[in-house]
Amino acid sequence: MLPIATGTGFKPEHFAALRESPRSIGFIEVHAENYLGDGGLPHAMLADLRRDHALSLHGVGLSIGGEGALDAGHLRRLRALCDRYEPQSFSEHLAWSSHGGVYLNDLLPLPYTEATLKRVRDHVGQTQDVLGRRILLENPATYVSFGASTIPETEFLAEIAARCGCGLLLDVNNVYVACRNRGEDPADYLRRFPHQHVGEIHLAGHDATTDGHGAPLWIDHHGAPVADPVWALYDEALRLCGAVATLIEWDNDLPAWPVLAAEAAKAQAVLDGLRQAA
Amino acid sequence: MQSAFATALLEPELPPPAGLVAPADPTQRFNVYRNNVVFGLVRALASGFPATEQIVGAAFFAAMARAYVLAEPPRSPVLLQYGETLPDFIAGFAPAASLPYLADVARLEALRSRVHHAADADAVSPSILARLDPTGLQQMRCRLHPACALLRSSHPVATIWAMNSGAMPLQEIADWTPEDALVLRAGQGLTQRVEIRRLPPGGGAFLGAAQEGLPLGEAAAIAFTETTDFDLAAALAALFTDGLITAIQTA
Repeated sequence: MLPIATGTGFKPEHFAALRESPRSIGFIEVHAENYLGDGGLPHAMLADLRRDHALSLHGVGLSIGGEGALDAGHLRRLRALCDRYEPQSFSEHLAWSSHGGVYLNDLLPLPYTEATLKRVRDHVGQTQDVLGRRILLENPATYVSFGASTIPETEFLAEIAARCGCGLLLDVNNVYVACRNRGEDPADYLRRFPHQHVGEIHLAGHDATTDGHGAPLWIDHHGAPVADPVWALYDEALRLCGAVATLIEWDNDLPAWPVLAAEAAKAQAVLDGLRQAA
Repeated sequence: MQSAFATALLEPELPPPAGLVAPADPTQRFNVYRNNVVFGLVRALASGFPATEQIVGAAFFAAMARAYVLAEPPRSPVLLQYGETLPDFIAGFAPAASLPYLADVARLEALRSRVHHAADADAVSPSILARLDPTGLQQMRCRLHPACALLRSSHPVATIWAMNSGAMPLQEIADWTPEDALVLRAGQGLTQRVEIRRLPPGGGAFLGAAQEGLPLGEAAAIAFTETTDFDLAAALAALFTDGLITAIQTA
């Protein structure tokens, strides 16, 4: 279990700052695939930070929503990484990213049907078996839906969690982005989310823009401060889920450490407020 | 479904797959995924090939990288080595034909990434030399460190790389000669860093032969055949002081 505190994604650019003030944040999170090299500085840094920080390994390449079989070699590498760093949490996405042997480097959407439900259930079960641990599954940021879908995303996730015994990673920014892009109310989605399974919350920045035809479009880009409506949803999410470990994701246009630390502190203040009220 | 989706992602001329629903034009929405996939991979390549990008400029590099991404998308979810075949792609990329050295600069940067992530290993102590007589040294075969790599180029590749990575001021190269470059990790633990060094005459021939497992006496002979300027004592010393040897086999 991650500590009930706020963490940040770790980037090598912030190593010196983090090392100067250990325990300034509750935990760090890294993309598992960035640490599947054999050695060198990336592992030296992570091993060093791991001594003072709780760790969340966040996978972005397992393609749990893929039509094909899971990549057994990749699963084994992830297991070895878990054995090496003993993270407090391992999470992945309700999405696919590989097809026909090609890795597409994005978290792609899938229709929600009885058939895909069974497949995702099998893949989550297999992942948990190989990793030897319970994982968290994250709700995706999406730009399209499928006419073939018959199950609302919140029900789909609830069913996976109930049947596989996995937890859920509630990405509040993804909720906002996906709901706005679907023309739905993010607060309504949040109310219908299976709160009891949430083991971590993600917050990140997005871009509220327009498409080539001038229609509104929200893009999940992890390259800006968390937007005000997402902070409001975060308040609501904590009220519904209780206090949960919260991560600030900032992957692009990386700011100086104090800016990122300030975002984490802002989330920590909301968490602290909730605990005092409780 | 995913087959049509995946195909359309990498073929910009195709319409989006059937069955997409959105309150806006589904093609516009699908293009967000297209952009994420291609732009994300182009950005990953730019971060791994900064000197190559510096030489051709950001716009040219992005167009070339995009063509590469569409032709050779990644085959693994681990992107740390994505782009290992970019140098060969560049060598056959007609718009870059006027820069015959560009592929070798990219080769050097691909090796730099490989060395950055290569396995850790302990180096053999130089004190081993004291226990060897000259014959023993001649017959010694070495296993080189996984985190070192050699590039033998018919262009002054190390100099061009240095000038386009901020390590050396950009200036005209008066003496356009072939160069051998060594990519290695210097330092230990948190202070380690990847370095690229131009090897002295014969250094590439010697190191290449040693890397293939030839006895050091034979490696030296090959280097002397290439150039009488080869400095064996200095090359041997560098092998040990740079910690490039992880195991030896004598006689």
